[in-house]
Amino acid sequence: MEARRGWRAVPKVRQVGFFTPNEPPPPARTQSGPPDSNSPPLSNSPAGNSLSPVMIPPPRHLSDNLAHRATSPLPVPETSAFRRPIPGGDRVAVVGSYNPTDSMLGASPPLTSPSSRIGDGEFSEESSPGWFRRSNSAKFASSFPGGGFDLTSIKSSETLEVEVKKPVEVPEKSGVAGAELQTESQSSSKPLKAKTTKAERRALQESQRAAKAAAKGEATGKPAISSEGAATSKPVKQQPSRKKDALPAATSVAASDRKGVDRPPEKERKKEVPPPRMQFDDKNRVEKAKKRAVVNQTEARNRVELFRHLPQYERGSQLPDLESKFFLLDPMHPAVYKVGLQYLAGDISGGNARCIAMLQAFQEVIKDYSTPPEKSLTRDLTAKVGSYVSFLIECRPLSMSMGNAIRFLKNRIAKLPLSLSESEAKESLCSDINRFINEKIVLADKVIVRHAASKVRDGDVLLTYGSSCVVEMILLYAHELGKQFRVVIVDSRPKLEGQALLRRLVAKGLNCTYTHINAVSYIMHEVTRVFLGASSVLSNGTVYSRVGTACVAMVAHAFRVPVLICCEAYKFHERVQLDSICSNELGDPDAIAKASGRMDVNYVDNLANKENLQLLNLMYDATPLEYISMIVTDYGMIPPTSVPVIVREYRREHLWI
Amino acid sequence: MWWRSASFILDKQQNDTAQTIPDTLTLSSPPLSMADTLQNPNPNNISAYYQTRAAHHGVVTSDWLAQAQAAVGRHPDDVLPPEPEVKVAGKPFSVIHEFNNWRNQPDLAEAVAAIRALAAVIRNSEATTMMELEIELKKASDSLKSWDTTSISLTAGCDLFMRYVTRTSALEYEDFNSAKSRLIERAEKFGEISYKARRIIAMLSQDFIFDGCTILVHGFSRVVLEVLKTAAQNKKLFRVFCTEGRPDRTGLRLSNELAKLDVPVKLLIDSAVAYSMDEVDMVFVGADGVVESGGIINMMGTYQIALVAHSMDKPVYVAAESYKFARLYPLDQKDMAPALRPIDFGVPIPSKVEVETSARDYTPPQYLTLLFTDLGVLTPSVVSDELIQLYL
Repeated sequence: MEARRGWRAVPKVRQVGFFTPNEPPPPARTQSGPPDSNSPPLSNSPAGNSLSPVMIPPPRHLSDNLAHRATSPLPVPETSAFRRPIPGGDRVAVVGSYNPTDSMLGASPPLTSPSSRIGDGEFSEESSPGWFRRSNSAKFASSFPGGGFDLTSIKSSETLEVEVKKPVEVPEKSGVAGAELQTESQSSSKPLKAKTTKAERRALQESQRAAKAAAKGEATGKPAISSEGAATSKPVKQQPSRKKDALPAATSVAASDRKGVDRPPEKERKKEVPPPRMQFDDKNRVEKAKKRAVVNQTEARNRVELFRHLPQYERGSQLPDLESKFFLLDPMHPAVYKVGLQYLAGDISGGNARCIAMLQAFQEVIKDYSTPPEKSLTRDLTAKVGSYVSFLIECRPLSMSMGNAIRFLKNRIAKLPLSLSESEAKESLCSDINRFINEKIVLADKVIVRHAASKVRDGDVLLTYGSSCVVEMILLYAHELGKQFRVVIVDSRPKLEGQALLRRLVAKGLNCTYTHINAVSYIMHEVTRVFLGASSVLSNGTVYSRVGTACVAMVAHAFRVPVLICCEAYKFHERVQLDSICSNELGDPDAIAKASGRMDVNYVDNLANKENLQLLNLMYDATPLEYISMIVTDYGMIPPTSVPVIVREYRREHLWI
Repeated sequence: MWWRSASFILDKQQNDTAQTIPDTLTLSSPPLSMADTLQNPNPNNISAYYQTRAAHHGVVTSDWLAQAQAAVGRHPDDVLPPEPEVKVAGKPFSVIHEFNNWRNQPDLAEAVAAIRALAAVIRNSEATTMMELEIELKKASDSLKSWDTTSISLTAGCDLFMRYVTRTSALEYEDFNSAKSRLIERAEKFGEISYKARRIIAMLSQDFIFDGCTILVHGFSRVVLEVLKTAAQNKKLFRVFCTEGRPDRTGLRLSNELAKLDVPVKLLIDSAVAYSMDEVDMVFVGADGVVESGGIINMMGTYQIALVAHSMDKPVYVAAESYKFARLYPLDQKDMAPALRPIDFGVPIPSKVEVETSARDYTPPQYLTLLFTDLGVLTPSVVSDELIQLYL
């Protein structure tokens, strides 16, 4: 009812998502082009390099956007063929891009501990980690594939990787790579204005080439250990053994290691145009992702043009395939496997249910976990969880709430005190997970129900769309309180989730009306409140929810009916999204082509493989904040403009619980 | 209303068969949610808050008094019946009584009165530990709040003070007596804080009042008066349109005050707002409460004025102290505890005629331009941010 003016929604968030006008054009999606001398990811780097090498990250909000905004318009001083980035600038950029997660992680000195950065990589992309490698920084040097990549960006990130490590690693450096790296880092520590001499530049290029050659040598990355060791802060000795351990392990683990492949350019890109998701129109990456995938997916033949960046697979084939593989995949924990299959089959749906199932599977994993010899629980478990997560993503893309939960779990693992014994550590992790489920989901729901029920008055007509478990609880609770109201359930094909809700509500004696979304404008005028669930709420107040929600909210707004979004605070996300195109999930196209139970409606039956037919079954949509009157969360009832406040104020608590 | 849907017919049938819900908004309606509280001082749901306001700022005519008496059944001054004494620590002492004493001082803001009343609770308390004291205070503030659910600043004041008591960690390390005296001191200071807040708001708003501007004000608000007074003292040239502010005619009082300051004033009847809006450069209103959405709850008519101003692209400024921020989130006009007051129409109204007696309305945030508070000049969306930081 109370539309909130658009202009007020200027939350202070880090710059995420889209291109700002004064930035250079975004990097081409494919990294395979010829080494472009103007490679965009680097072009905004030079300004920050007056900062000291081991920079303490400035406060979170300032760091990414201010630094970049300030820098981007500056001219780029050097233009050599291999336009080597000025190191300092890069470093700043990296620090910046690490920043949000660092500050979320709390106290840990940002650049020194490998474990924390392992976490980092995941955290920042938690919503789709699978398409991103485990950010095992150790593997960078080894994992560059020979060709196809934009060399400059790889190099630059490689150098900065090393520089970042420098303070820690200097004593352990060995071998040629190490020496070269050192010269390089010397050159890099120069202030911005002082031009690097030709010799130095030469040396740097040489080193980079050497590193690349080493990487090219073996795809598996095994012999590249020397450079790899140099690039980590871990003792050189430990690195190889760990690597060897990882190798024999079956595909997924190895795959997750190899995911380091496209990390550096990715990291570069992130500061400018951070598409945290796998872009499925990027052929190279799709190929790579396929190689490491556990689930064999065949791509749909007629992919919808506008949504090529989202995974579009043929349905139906994966489930039996995976089931048959059940006993072959030893690295996968059965509990995780089960949950993954359930996701794939659609047996578990709904944000909370999926999240709880996943967390409980991880609990099983942790219970059964024992640290392999010569490994630390913190790191190995993080990597393991990471590989499980990527398996789950292959089964079905994660929701943002699950991303937040994974972020929480990894943070707990990373923050385990070293003094704990293994059993104690496992114990504490399990209880943490339990606490997360209880406090952030179960209790939060109770609080939301209390709050929302206070907005139900006698004589109200409440409309809900689809089936949201929180909304169901609210309706039942209000009914228990003896309030007199009527419910309108609006539903839509193909999922028809509302029918299940309708059944449950009618069984409890509520007075219901059931209709399809086609009739929403007809039914809306008698409605007095609209209660909607959400998959997640983004920082600009946008509500990301089941497709159709936006339509219902807009109609309600047009009829001046207040729209209440009920959503637990752990589903809040600092990302900003303006439309539902750039990140979404595609469902089974057959589901919309076929009308179940109607044999006479079969017009598109034989058209599935026609070239000029593209079936689009979107799963989610984004509702802009002006159509939302209120968000009911466990922190109370807030206007949608206050989402960033909750995200900011409780992110820390959220991570620490 | 024009009903198109068949489901409405269903609805209607149901209502016909079942007992119709009595219209709660008529004067004769039974008491609402407050019925179950211990003491229910206003059997007719007459808002004590608005009664006090009327008593302090209103220009009351004699026939109004007569009608009010008829409606309430007694003289408005003793709307507050003798309370069943709230036993605090076994000693006869009533917060509500205390509160009413303070409230009857016209210059004291409602929240200040509430906090002074709570200070009196502390003074009279025989608690020996901080926890005991806290529980006592909690009880007292709950009874205060339930005594007058319509007063937002009373609720907000109680909440603020309780929050100070429970959250101030310094209190835990001191011995009990010094903590107690610190609390009392804090409560005593609150009046000063409230006055200071008004000064700050007046200073902040000076930048927005320019020479030659016409300001429309609605009702009587101490903060708005302070703002205008300061502007006049700063030798700004402006004129003021005062609405009449029916039914208690608080606008007349404001125009009197402004005339004393030699500010050119024009009185409008409440329905002449749209007529004169094109001459107006800005609308200035106070607030009884600022709610979490960033909207305000204020004297009846504010919403209307804000709508007119919005449609004519005139800025609407709200002056409100930060202790009026309340953790409320009304979704629409009816989504608040009803605050009713008797209305004088000059002639007797037949009993069949319903009278809308609500004393306040809710102005949604999209019709407000800026809020002047002692926290600074805020856009409506910041209110929620401040509230989250304050109360969570």
